[in-house]
Amino acid sequence: MGENDKNPSPPHYIVGWHKTLSGVFPVVDTKLTLRDKLFSFLVRLGIKRMGYMVNPGVYAVGKPGGDSPILVTANYKLSFDSLRKHLGALDAWILVLDTKGINVWCAAGKGTFGTEELINKLRAFNIPFLVRHRHLILPQLSASGIAAHEVKRSTGFNVIYGPIRASDIPYFLKNGCKATKEMRRVTFTFMERLVLIPIELIQSWKIVLFALLFQVLLSFPSPDTTFLSLVKNTLPYINAALSGAVLTPLFLPFIPGRSFAFKGGLTGFFTTLFFCLLLDLKGAVLLTHLFLAPSISSYLALNFTGATPFTSPSGVKKEMKFSIPLIIILSVSGIFLSIYNLWRGI
Amino acid sequence: MFLKYIKNVSTLELNASSCRGCGMCVEVCPHGVFALSRNKAVVVDKDACMECGACMRNCPFEAIRVSAGVGCAAAMINGKLKGTSPDCGCCGTGCC
Ligand code: SF4
Ligand code: SF4
Repeated sequence: MGENDKNPSPPHYIVGWHKTLSGVFPVVDTKLTLRDKLFSFLVRLGIKRMGYMVNPGVYAVGKPGGDSPILVTANYKLSFDSLRKHLGALDAWILVLDTKGINVWCAAGKGTFGTEELINKLRAFNIPFLVRHRHLILPQLSASGIAAHEVKRSTGFNVIYGPIRASDIPYFLKNGCKATKEMRRVTFTFMERLVLIPIELIQSWKIVLFALLFQVLLSFPSPDTTFLSLVKNTLPYINAALSGAVLTPLFLPFIPGRSFAFKGGLTGFFTTLFFCLLLDLKGAVLLTHLFLAPSISSYLALNFTGATPFTSPSGVKKEMKFSIPLIIILSVSGIFLSIYNLWRGI
Repeated sequence: MFLKYIKNVSTLELNASSCRGCGMCVEVCPHGVFALSRNKAVVVDKDACMECGACMRNCPFEAIRVSAGVGCAAAMINGKLKGTSPDCGCCGTGCC
């Protein structure tokens, strides 16, 4: 059976077909091409998000057989890519579940990477006839969606939770499917935070645009508005957005406090103060900026909680209870203050 | 050093009398909240818990309770505005 009989144009990461007694399976490339890298870059920038899915199904890595391990993953292309690029010289099966194009961790939280989906796909893809053993390797971060003992009860398959990071899988397999303590701990390193920044920035544009429009509106009635004074007055808000969406996430462990809103507000306050002094803004104008800018950075930092792997919903709820009213009070006072400044002709 | 979030808020509860010491909770928790001691699970770092619910879901003896969810402010604000449960509005877009 030729490639063309199966599918007129298989995705670029399929490099061949693996024939077994239980059927013919697509073989995946274990090297990422330039195209894959470009795509993940675009996804990180927030472009190309929809349709970035892999077809759910069974894929072959190398030449797997009845005793090869089965690795289960989500059908989000980036999850699939980070798994296959670490499988190098191995022979293994990959079972891709239908998580609607969402990554393992989020899909497990939503329940799409869940017990029921796994059981359904084991049946739909005839997994009991594919292998002789009864073991499935799942990413540890899928555990919030999967009940291992229920999978065992209804299918006979043992769920083994693998390491959190796909890069540890080769060692995990060599080590008899035992993960070390470090492999079981989630991390949130500088690099892991860095890749999240573009999305945070893109999500902040509405707030920045609003602040800029507000400044422009405020400046117009005054006869001595110059381009320079306009720039001077809008800079603190661009700074506020950068403080909340870039500085706070990047330097998260080094900024005092536990609450994200507090961290963001603090960063925003000091950077605003610095900028205003640099731009020689004083008095009522300085005060206005010190009310408005930190409330923007605080809000943006608060929104970063969703991107981190350690914030509990109870904690977020608790910090929102005091930070949201404070942010509203600060920004409303800031807005009134700027109108008052205008009226006084400052 | 790992980042620490707000203290004393986790809703995690372990019922030691139902625990049979199978160790699943120790294995699935990404924050090392549990440890095994004399064939029983013990909570060793409750403040590190992010309430993901993995331990509860994988405990075969229902010895763990936690009100699980995602710690995402945007999701909670969205939920409040729409009057639904927390929803990050990013389904299908792979934002998280
Ligand atoms: S998973 Fe349940 S039974 Fe097993 S050790 Fe943890 S609490 Fe005990
Ligand atoms: S809810 Fe999640 S973080 Fe908390 S103890 Fe259970 S597995 Fe660990």
